[in-house]
Amino acid sequence: MLDYLLTEEQIMIRDLARKVSLEKALPKRAEWDETGEFPWEALKAYAAADLCGLYIPEELGGMGQSVFNFCLATEQISRTCGGVGVTFAASALGSTPILLFGSPEQKKKYMPPIAAGKILAAFGLTEASAGSDAAGLETTAIKDGDYYIVNGTKQWITNGGEADTYTVIAMTDKKRGARGASAFIIEKGTPGFTFGKKENKMGIRCSATRELVFQDCKIHKGQLLGKEGLGFIVAMKTLDLTRPGIGAQAVGIAQVALDEALKYSRERIQFGKPIASLQAIQHILADMATQIEAARALVYATARMIDAGATDYTLPASEAKLFASDTAMKVTIDAIQVLGGYGYMKEYPVEKMARDAKITQIYEGTNQIQRNQIGLALIKELAATKK
Amino acid sequence: MDIIVCIKQVPDTTEVRINPETNTLIREGVPSIVNPFDENAIEAALQLKDLHGGKVTVVTMGPPQAAEALKTAIAMGADEAVLVSDRAFAGSDTWATSYTLSQAIKKLGKFDLILCGKQAIDGDTAQVGPGIAEWLGLPQVTFASKIEVEGNKCKVERLLEEVNEVVEAPLPVVITVVKQINTPRLPSLKGLMRAKKAEIKTLNAAEINGDPKNMGLNGSPTSVVKIFTPPARGGGEILGGEPAEIVDKLIAKIKDRKII
Ligand SMILES: Cc1cc2nc3c(=O)[nH]c(=O)nc-3n(C[C@H](O)[C@H](O)[C@H](O)COP(=O)(O)OP(=O)(O)OC[C@H]3O[C@@H](n4cnc5c(N)ncnc54)[C@H](O)[C@@H]3O)c2cc1C
Repeated sequence: MLDYLLTEEQIMIRDLARKVSLEKALPKRAEWDETGEFPWEALKAYAAADLCGLYIPEELGGMGQSVFNFCLATEQISRTCGGVGVTFAASALGSTPILLFGSPEQKKKYMPPIAAGKILAAFGLTEASAGSDAAGLETTAIKDGDYYIVNGTKQWITNGGEADTYTVIAMTDKKRGARGASAFIIEKGTPGFTFGKKENKMGIRCSATRELVFQDCKIHKGQLLGKEGLGFIVAMKTLDLTRPGIGAQAVGIAQVALDEALKYSRERIQFGKPIASLQAIQHILADMATQIEAARALVYATARMIDAGATDYTLPASEAKLFASDTAMKVTIDAIQVLGGYGYMKEYPVEKMARDAKITQIYEGTNQIQRNQIGLALIKELAATKK
Repeated sequence: MDIIVCIKQVPDTTEVRINPETNTLIREGVPSIVNPFDENAIEAALQLKDLHGGKVTVVTMGPPQAAEALKTAIAMGADEAVLVSDRAFAGSDTWATSYTLSQAIKKLGKFDLILCGKQAIDGDTAQVGPGIAEWLGLPQVTFASKIEVEGNKCKVERLLEEVNEVVEAPLPVVITVVKQINTPRLPSLKGLMRAKKAEIKTLNAAEINGDPKNMGLNGSPTSVVKIFTPPARGGGEILGGEPAEIVDKLIAKIKDRKII
């Protein structure tokens, strides 16, 4: 394996995330996948282990604001269960807008309990008719004196219903188009804020995916994040910062698929010998391992670049998310192939890994959208050098 | 409330194999862990501290590398750690070990409670906890599955083979715990970082005023003569079918073997 020259503290984080996952999530993951039960038990264990605030500065109760350390933990958690991994990571997605754009008072109020893992956060952008095209948002927040009145429905919001703190993008001025969106912090329990049904999904089944329903939901103007009109900037800056985390989820899911395929290939005897001795199988495993390492290297390098203080990392963040998630999809399907018919059966965990991997190509911007973004950035870069 | 927890570093027996020729444990390359019952004792101490405040001090007698076991305890939340270590302690049996630990404990100042695991998974004697109580002249309660402290008394539920027994004892007291008492917590990141930096206090034979007559190999009245694995029991046979059928088959088999 590539040596990423982790510090002692990073090794601690990685090993602790793995240990807690193996003890608290592994025994339950098949059951949670079957029933869709929300994995509070595992999340409480990560909280007790101080793993929920890795991306949050110490003065806000976190462990030091490191995207890299957050990715290390997310990878190990996802290596046990993709559903638990996304639940863990979505709280970072939901709270990053506050970290980036919150006032000192907002940060002090909302971040410490999230850092301690006492509560979860969630991020509400998507709507039924506004997916990739976020500019089509219909949820509105209309100013009324010291308040905003929010109306509309957010769809497929991870941690919906379970989280206490929601960052929500709504139109404050439809006439201004993309510049008319604003970001708000909305607390669970605010009158007029309820939840729709929990979705029944292909994968990451223990994660909660629900609608956020706002009906004349009245929130104080102090809940606005940044300024009016910054909604899409908040969303884009947030996603730039959290996409390496999706990459880390994907790497974790891909790694466990390889772990399982490798183990199985040495146990399964056909034609009088373990299938691991067949070159055809070895080549599949070799490709899996190489692709996973490349994905991990890209995710880690991006996270380290962000932690080092880079200001423009949209391109590598997109590339890391794109490559790692495509790798996870390919590698998990390959793992099923290595296990043959057993891989297709629910008694073995690899079919779940393939179901879990699929979402990483879709959320936080589909991989087509990532390619659009990367392509555009390439052309812009070239145009800039020609001048 | 100040609690002392005595712990032991042991080989992870789930990883231990036995050399079939010499019948001894193959210890090379086997990772060391905190004796599992001692983890329960640490957890019990931490829970009592959560309730009543105070301080948890872990103590181990062992070679320098036993400091790792103490660090595990700190990572779980213990406040202080003491390593009792000296070449003079090598080869100690339970008499010498409990003597040595009790001498070290005398150096640690005031305490309200001493907790131990009920036994170590490598030696399985269950003697060191009670031995410490004897050397210190303290009451002892073994096999605790529940501990409640009130004022300067404690109420302890003991898990015995047939019954549970509830006893009361004055503090300070030595209590050994069974695994049913709790589920030991996992370490936390802050705990691990604290453990990394933690200073482990070391006490040697001179510092505990140890009497050579009671320490190490020479101070140990017992010695292990032989360790062997008993022959494995053959797999039994399970009879299937309706109850009446099973009874018939069973009786036939008993008659076959001329037992009746
Ligand atoms: C399980 C789950 C959890 C989610 N969690 C959250 C959450 O917590 N918060 C949140 O806000 N959202 C969340 N989402 C929403 C998610 O981000 C969107 O599903 C995603 O952005 C895509 O939108 P869409 O599904 O409407 O697809 P569409 O936008 O309708 O896309 C359909 C297809 O068209 C392609 N396509 C669309 N536009 C283009 C284009 N311009 N160029 C090329 N191809 C294009 C897409 O790539 C895709 O293949 C979640 C979704 C799921 C399924």
